[in-house]
Amino acid sequence: MKLRFILSETFQGLRRNLTMTFAVIITVAVSLTLFGAGLLVRAQVDSMKDYWYDRVEVSIFLCGASSSVPACSLGAVTPEVRGQIEQELNALRPLVQEIYYESKEEAYQRFLEQFKDSPVTQNVTPDALPESFRVKLSDPTKYEVIAAAFEGRPGVEQVQDQRQLLDRFFRLLNGLQVIALSVAVAMLVVTALLVVNTIRVAAHARRREVGIMRLVGASNFMIRMPFLLEAAVSAAIGGLIAVAAIVAAKVFLIDEVLAPSYQFTAFVSWDQIIVILPIIFFTGIVIAMIAAGLTLRRYLKV
Amino acid sequence: MITFERVTKRYDKRNRPALQDISLDIQPGEFVFLVGASGSGKSTFLRLILREERATTGRVIVSGRDVGRLSRWKVPQLRRGMGAVFQDFRLLQSKTVYQNVAFTLQVLGRKNAQIERAVPEVLDLVGLADKMQRYPHQLSGGEQQRVAIARAFVNRPPLLLADEPTGNLDPATSVGIMKLLDRINRVGTTVLMATHDAAIVDQMRKRVVELDAGQMIRDEARGVYGQDHQP
Ligand SMILES: Nc1ncnc2c1ncn2[C@@H]1O[C@H](COP(=O)(O)OP(=O)(O)OP(=O)(O)O)[C@@H](O)[C@H]1O
Ligand SMILES: [Mg+2]
Repeated sequence: MKLRFILSETFQGLRRNLTMTFAVIITVAVSLTLFGAGLLVRAQVDSMKDYWYDRVEVSIFLCGASSSVPACSLGAVTPEVRGQIEQELNALRPLVQEIYYESKEEAYQRFLEQFKDSPVTQNVTPDALPESFRVKLSDPTKYEVIAAAFEGRPGVEQVQDQRQLLDRFFRLLNGLQVIALSVAVAMLVVTALLVVNTIRVAAHARRREVGIMRLVGASNFMIRMPFLLEAAVSAAIGGLIAVAAIVAAKVFLIDEVLAPSYQFTAFVSWDQIIVILPIIFFTGIVIAMIAAGLTLRRYLKV
Repeated sequence: MITFERVTKRYDKRNRPALQDISLDIQPGEFVFLVGASGSGKSTFLRLILREERATTGRVIVSGRDVGRLSRWKVPQLRRGMGAVFQDFRLLQSKTVYQNVAFTLQVLGRKNAQIERAVPEVLDLVGLADKMQRYPHQLSGGEQQRVAIARAFVNRPPLLLADEPTGNLDPATSVGIMKLLDRINRVGTTVLMATHDAAIVDQMRKRVVELDAGQMIRDEARGVYGQDHQP
């Protein structure tokens, strides 16, 4: 009986305040969608990091005949120097996990494979490509150790960390994420303010009822619950819209458009999305309830 | 039922207190008129009992509870033990007579079955059994006040407070309302009524407490409205 009464009051309130209800629903939906998008970008960065950090290597390019850096002043690397470098790499285990030597011929084959549709391959001979050590580190963040040991060492033309190339890209994505989250936070503040205003208007519209409820001894719970539920219901509807938007982004944007065109990388998975959805859904409800609760404390004193 | 112990109420520091050093006792089952000129503090007196205001000094005790010191979440409990009626009826215009009265019980979380039994019963008591489905604007002033009384009484509180309940009604209608309040008093309900209406007070011959500029100047067992009326 109590529950039925509270629910019927709640829905009367929602109906009476239809325009405000819609405004709350829309701002909640928009802000939560942005919030979800921010989380999605982060999840995407995470899954790309997982995917790529497993695959990135440090490349130590050895001097070729035409290299011009000072460390190559003695000309192309000799087999002895190459052997020494390999020994020095071995000395750095266990940081150095795997060492793979790529000869000019292998580099050439890989080059042909990578650019097989491009005319550029016709002008390149195996000799133009450097031989190298491909080194996989047990902790890819410790690139500096390798750089310090081999940068400028005679016979080494260049040490290149693929991870640094990736990080530049990730920083870009992180920037996008920060923007999306900042806008989302601003929108959530707007949402909270809108809820505050909606509750104020609703409390004013129902002041006679509320006055009578107080007079006959209705509990605070009974008086406030319909208002709180109004806020919660609007927030929940907005939250569902945001959830639908995120799911749609996964199905129609990521799975159907992005993933088929960029097969070389991983995309955010359903596992990660499943974590994001309840977060955005409940964030909206919690914010709306808090805003409503604080407003009610001010405007509906006993 | 109600005890005032040296109660003073000041709304603000500059003006004289709305009530000054009031002490009195009201026994269960009594019918008490609170009379006095406009601004003498009658409504303030009732508001202190309802805990809509708190005494500045002194204690207001209702059914053994010190009303001023009641914690906020116990106030609803206090108010369930009293009904209140006002000059302006305070009905909900969008609800029917039946719904207005049922609202009290719904708000207190009563069961449907109980509501369906209690509402027609109390509407019968106030003589509106045949107008349950009307809206307030389809009723006369006297009938609206009966609805308000039904709403205040449907929960059968031991105490009924009335602040000028006949203030908006003509004399004949007022008599009807007074008969109803008397009937409610006869079943054991304590009734405390603030009024300007000399004719009613003189006719009823109940206890009269008179306030003047916040001070209690008279407390008479079977009194009349003004001193000069006295035989
Ligand atoms: N909320 C308030 N704030 C400040 N002063 C108030 C307030 N309510 C009442 N007063 C003052 O307290 C005094 C008593 O007011 P109260 O309403 O109790 O009088 P009353 O006897 O009910 O008058 P009436 O017969 O006109 O209803 C008046 O001087 C009034 O101006
Ligand atoms: Mg008054």
